Amino acid sequence: MDNVIIIAVAALGGLGLIAAVILYFIAKKFKVYEDPKIDEVEEALPAANCGGCGFPGCRAFAEATTTSAKKNKNLEGLNCPVGGNDVMQTVGSILGLEVEAADPLIAVIRCNGTFKNTPAKVKYEGATSCAFAHALYGGEGGCQFGCLGLGDCVDACDFDAIHMDPETGLPVVNDKCTACGACVIACPRDIIELRKKGPKDKKIFVSCVNKEKGGPAKKNCAVACIGCGKCDKVCKFDAITINSFLAYIDFEKCTLCRKCVEVCPTEAIWEVNFKPRKPKPVVEKVIPKPVVEKTTVIEKVEASPAPDKETKE
Amino acid sequence: MGILKTFVLGGVHPEENKLSSNAPIEKLAIPKQAIVPLGQNLGAPSKPLVKRGDEVKVGQLLAEAGGFISTNIHSPVSGKVLKIDNVIDGTGYKRPGIVINVEGDEWIDEIDRTEDLKTEIKLDGKAIIEKIKTAGLVGMGGATFPTYVKLMPPPGKTAEYLIINGVECEPYLTSDHRLMLEKGPEILVGTQILMKALNVKKAIIGIENNKPDAIKHMQELVKSFEGITVQALKVQYPQGGEKQLIKATVNREVPSAKLPIEVGCVVQNVGTAFSVYEAVQKNKPLIDRVVTVTGKAVKKPSNFLVRIGTPIQQLIDAAEGLPENTGKIIGGGPMMGKALTTTDVPVVKGSSGILLMKKEESQRKVESPCIRCSKCTYVCPMGLEPFLLSKASKLGKYEIAETEKIMDCIECGSCQYTCPASIPLLDYLRLGKNKVGAIMRNRGRN
Amino acid sequence: MNMFTVSGSPHVHGDDSTKKIMYGVVIAMVPAMLVSIYFFGFGAIRVLMLSIVACLFFEWLIQKYLIKGAVTITDGSALVTGILLAFNLPSNLPGWMIIIGALVAIGMAKMSFGGLGKNVFNPALVARVFLLISFPVQMTSWPKPSPITEGFIDTVTGPTPLGIVKEGLTAETPKTMSELSSEIPSAMQSLTGEMGGSLGEVSAIALILGGLYMLYKKIISWEIPVSMLLTVAVFSGIFWGINPEQYADPVFHMLTGGMLLGAIFMATDMVTSPMTKGGQLIFGFGVGLLTILIRMWGAYPEGVSFAILLMNATVPLINRGFKPKRFGVNTGVEIAK
Repeated sequence: MDNVIIIAVAALGGLGLIAAVILYFIAKKFKVYEDPKIDEVEEALPAANCGGCGFPGCRAFAEATTTSAKKNKNLEGLNCPVGGNDVMQTVGSILGLEVEAADPLIAVIRCNGTFKNTPAKVKYEGATSCAFAHALYGGEGGCQFGCLGLGDCVDACDFDAIHMDPETGLPVVNDKCTACGACVIACPRDIIELRKKGPKDKKIFVSCVNKEKGGPAKKNCAVACIGCGKCDKVCKFDAITINSFLAYIDFEKCTLCRKCVEVCPTEAIWEVNFKPRKPKPVVEKVIPKPVVEKTTVIEKVEASPAPDKETKE
Repeated sequence: MGILKTFVLGGVHPEENKLSSNAPIEKLAIPKQAIVPLGQNLGAPSKPLVKRGDEVKVGQLLAEAGGFISTNIHSPVSGKVLKIDNVIDGTGYKRPGIVINVEGDEWIDEIDRTEDLKTEIKLDGKAIIEKIKTAGLVGMGGATFPTYVKLMPPPGKTAEYLIINGVECEPYLTSDHRLMLEKGPEILVGTQILMKALNVKKAIIGIENNKPDAIKHMQELVKSFEGITVQALKVQYPQGGEKQLIKATVNREVPSAKLPIEVGCVVQNVGTAFSVYEAVQKNKPLIDRVVTVTGKAVKKPSNFLVRIGTPIQQLIDAAEGLPENTGKIIGGGPMMGKALTTTDVPVVKGSSGILLMKKEESQRKVESPCIRCSKCTYVCPMGLEPFLLSKASKLGKYEIAETEKIMDCIECGSCQYTCPASIPLLDYLRLGKNKVGAIMRNRGRN
Repeated sequence: MNMFTVSGSPHVHGDDSTKKIMYGVVIAMVPAMLVSIYFFGFGAIRVLMLSIVACLFFEWLIQKYLIKGAVTITDGSALVTGILLAFNLPSNLPGWMIIIGALVAIGMAKMSFGGLGKNVFNPALVARVFLLISFPVQMTSWPKPSPITEGFIDTVTGPTPLGIVKEGLTAETPKTMSELSSEIPSAMQSLTGEMGGSLGEVSAIALILGGLYMLYKKIISWEIPVSMLLTVAVFSGIFWGINPEQYADPVFHMLTGGMLLGAIFMATDMVTSPMTKGGQLIFGFGVGLLTILIRMWGAYPEGVSFAILLMNATVPLINRGFKPKRFGVNTGVEIAK
């Protein structure tokens, strides 16, 4: 009986030993050198693997930063939008580089086609998918640029930062937004834009992406940008451009002076998270959407002459 | 009659509802204003040649082909160009189009407006194709693929059969049926012209068995035309699909992702054959077509010969008005047609019918969970697994969708028609096809 | 003004629905139900009612209070599970066991996977096997059939024909089939259902009637039952041919136990069977083979439920391996020049 035990132990032990030796040599032969810094950087990253940096996952971003630090001695063009400046500073210190603080961004929804502003002319039935509806028809309200309200952006968000408002039929971004850009890609109509989060999250933007002429645009939506150009004239900082009957405010140039908001005849330009204006004799501009608590941003953002998204056949 | 031919895989048999099959083709009055969209064919839109304020005559070239797969567009009316602007078309989007205010009905001189049947084909193959190209012909069945492209087989490929599609498998629609009954000889001359252009000796006209009068009529007529036969087919949707029709008539299977020419076949619609006759023998470009206006609540289901560009409101009025409880307007048939958003949409080259559905008919049933009954798989004429493909598309698993041949889907809708759980299978399949198509094109580019 | 609806094609829908399918199955089960009531009397009604009510109740309870979603007990799926569960139970089973069975079927086998359409295993069979393993004594003592026409009498319990054969063949002093033949029901009795067994499995004729109805209504397809029964016939036939004294004949195998019930109602369950014709043939073959293996060499006299459950587990694999014939792929048709 003892014999059996000894043989069994010896046989298994021997097998294990042989396997260990083989593995040892294979590991030696096929060893790939990896900069230990990659692991360190990866540790520092948020591990959301959201792809917001443009790389497939945090590991790839860590590799890219490490390589860039070694080759170019800088981290130009590399930014983890989710981690923000803190994380980028940490990454910089691991790699021994100074990292310039990037402006934090936030997703902004540039459509105000609420049920009230763009009354439905037809009823949609079918798959709950903006991409499908976009390929099928113009939209319930008749505006073929506006939000379809089926929530592809909500599905795309990994951070629970975007929700549909059942009252308006439009998505709303909250302060969990990390500016990863997933919703921007998901939106078939290019309505969502990543814009600078101003001081105290103040923002001014054109909440419309309609490129039609003023008349047809107004016909479908009470608050469409009609491309009148008044905002462009009043802007002293050259931040506003008008393209195909649509104004766009460059957030890099915008100083948040709010002049354009005052002149917009269709309330298409929004100011968000500003203190109420001092009482002026002028009629108070009412923002259609009440801005919630301090940081919760309700973004309806301006329309940009963004490049046309590839139209789906 | 024996066992009738049909295709083998899948298929469904929806209620036929051919309400207007006994209504002769009526000539509809010329509209007061014609709206001619520039994108009327599959492929690139046409480029306008006229400008605001120009006087145009019927048959005058309005826009020229904007690429290889594109067609000329001729003026369907005479009058003054009001504007070239974005107009709403069948896609539900505003696209560029030419709006013409109609004045009188003046035709260009080249068009032979007599009714005489001209059987003698004077032109040779090349000249015929050129003529068809100039006349702006597209597939009249609804896909609007430019006709001349199909007539020019790629190098190394030759056609053996010309198959004329008189199946009209879509429920409700009767425009092809009426055309065969009323313009039979013209269609057959058109077929002969197409045979000459393709240099084929055999042509088969496939007609479904629910049109016995058309089958009899055409069988009678083909006796005096060499090489043309009429094939009666069992009623089965989607027999009008190119690949299904080829399988049904000559029992050949077009390989996946290939064109019918691979198996030596070219398929043309009967409407196209008629237009070919008009274009080649009468010099008349594609400026009008037969459109069925039908629906269970429509007072007078009819078939109209209308000018391209006529707003469909006028067709509905001619069929004695929009029924009270209309819930959906469909451009085309109920299985593959497109829901329209307004009645301002104009008739285009590919409009085969206007179907007005009652509210209660048009509502989709409430979706319930998939019970894996596999009925969608049984009815798919392409042998696909719609439940799997739609799920893959829904979840964004486009690689799975691609390997499971989502691009072979012909969007016939049999799966969704059958689904006991009323799942919008085709919606997701279309979505998946769009995405997979884009991914594949991107890959080709890189 | 009319507000038009916009949606993708197709704009019409066939009149098929989940409800229709489920109630179709229920209709198909009516003959077998009537036969069971005829032979097992009040006991059968008791088991049926208890099982149906318990299944519907648990489905309602779970959907309403646990998942807090839409309540869909009217879609008929819980009703089908309830009847099928009853069909798999002896008519004298204590009520509380039936309720446990219903809880297992609905709660464990169906709802925990996500409800209708998502379960891997046939709920009624999971419950049956659960009960069989938990309460082997109660689950294997069947009342002898006593037609209702002979009045309500206290029925005697006894084993099923399969049990008799199994016990006889594997006893210390094995009997031969010819010795056993007097104890087992004749083919005629098996057809009408005059034998011991679970509620739904006794009458071959009633089950076949239901099967034909479902085939006509296109609720089931012929592949699974035919390939399953054929496999059973062939394999039991081979052994019977080798030694008719040692093995029961194919007809006996096909008509007794849950074979027909399994082949027609359980293995064909849409949710838990493969989706392509080829896969269904393989599935039926597998069920048949496993049944015969279990019946001949397993510990239990009856193997259909185990066989179906085992094959249920292979369905995802079969679905992956057996694709429908694609149009235009491997056509074999010579491409014309």
